[in-house]
Amino acid sequence: MKYLDEYRDADLTRKLLADLRKTITHSSKTPDRGWTLMEVCGGQTHSIMKSGLDQMLPPEINLVHGPGCPVCVTPLELVDKAIALASRPDVIFTSYGDMLRVPGSDRDLFAVKAAGGDVRIIYSPLDALKIAQENPGKTVIFFGIGFETTAPANAMAVVQAKAQGIRNFAMLVSHVTVPAAIRALMESPDVKVDGFLAAGHVCTVMGYWEYEPLAEKYRVPIVVTGFEPVDILHGILDCVRLLESGRPEVWNAYARSVTREGNKPAQAIIQRVFETCDRPWRGIGVIPQSGYRLRPEFAFYDAELRFPEIQAIDTKESSLCISGLVLQGIKKPHECPAFGKECTPQTPLGATMVSSEGACAAYYRYGRISHR
Amino acid sequence: MCLGIPGKVIELYESSGMKMAKVDFGGVVKEACMEYLPEIKLGDYTIIHVGFGISILNESEAAETMEMLKQIDALGEETPGV
Repeated sequence: MKYLDEYRDADLTRKLLADLRKTITHSSKTPDRGWTLMEVCGGQTHSIMKSGLDQMLPPEINLVHGPGCPVCVTPLELVDKAIALASRPDVIFTSYGDMLRVPGSDRDLFAVKAAGGDVRIIYSPLDALKIAQENPGKTVIFFGIGFETTAPANAMAVVQAKAQGIRNFAMLVSHVTVPAAIRALMESPDVKVDGFLAAGHVCTVMGYWEYEPLAEKYRVPIVVTGFEPVDILHGILDCVRLLESGRPEVWNAYARSVTREGNKPAQAIIQRVFETCDRPWRGIGVIPQSGYRLRPEFAFYDAELRFPEIQAIDTKESSLCISGLVLQGIKKPHECPAFGKECTPQTPLGATMVSSEGACAAYYRYGRISHR
Repeated sequence: MCLGIPGKVIELYESSGMKMAKVDFGGVVKEACMEYLPEIKLGDYTIIHVGFGISILNESEAAETMEMLKQIDALGEETPGV
């Protein structure tokens, strides 16, 4: 398959690893630990584990895993609200598949489905609109989660619902944004990151101009990075080059998809449908101006306003789970005492163990039980 | 979640007022919305995320990057030991 196979090429991967070894000069300001790079996106984390890149990198490179897993950072309160909504007999609850096994305070959406709730996995938010048209007697709620990559798609569902007069559709919104998360990480005294691999598909939509002031302010290089092994090594190599030469700049290692300005029509619909708001991130806490909510002109489609009775829910988080620290790159999954013991994909204590982008799920699936 | 898969546009049409396409992912064909890619044409490769095209893959940028990555190695001296 074009644009995939050539970026999974083993020979090129070996060549780039050799070049990376030569680029590291050991002149790091923190020689005891080399360079700590954070890949922001959980999709990249899984690609790194699946391809074994983490085990092939020079020892001077320490990869830590970032908060770029929307399923993982969706606040427990909203998961509980989703479960309450999905349990209603007058509701068809639609969601991306990853969300169904995320633990709520006392159960997950799969348990609701098993108990007879109408919970459906969809591939695209437009599928939720079709279900709404086919089921006029029910309210179809879509769990609108995601980063900037997903925001234009979710926004289109709301715009189309309005344009087509589909009134039995509503969205439970939990949108978050990457630059706000990078800012929060760099402001945290516990987070030690020398450089970032920025998420290639978020930047495909948003461009990377937003990251330039961050790189300058926090003196940290940021490299826009793709998802295949060659792309990820390209991103790491560029990031190390910037670190070794002391240049806190933004580079683009995913130029076949990303431009500095991003996708303007996609940005325009985000602006039209959503407004920026403070958002709580599961395990991390409220990050100012880090999310999107529906603008007042689309309030009719806001599931939280449509069903105000679900506003107050007492949440109960696992006392063992350290997913918040994992999502900030402070701890690695296998450093959690519950990892692989009380917490497995079959009995998850946190969302990071079940999401296809969760770092704990990646470590478990690819057997990184005790690796650095 | 931000998973995006490259595919080739093999058909373009309109549905419910939206620009839509059939996209071929190495033999698997799926429908996707092209509203955010007004310049897309038949034969273009696009990244599809949750049923929406988010970029037209830039062939010359891809070729340039690949050439550059391969050159890096040509300058190297060590034989990779992996």
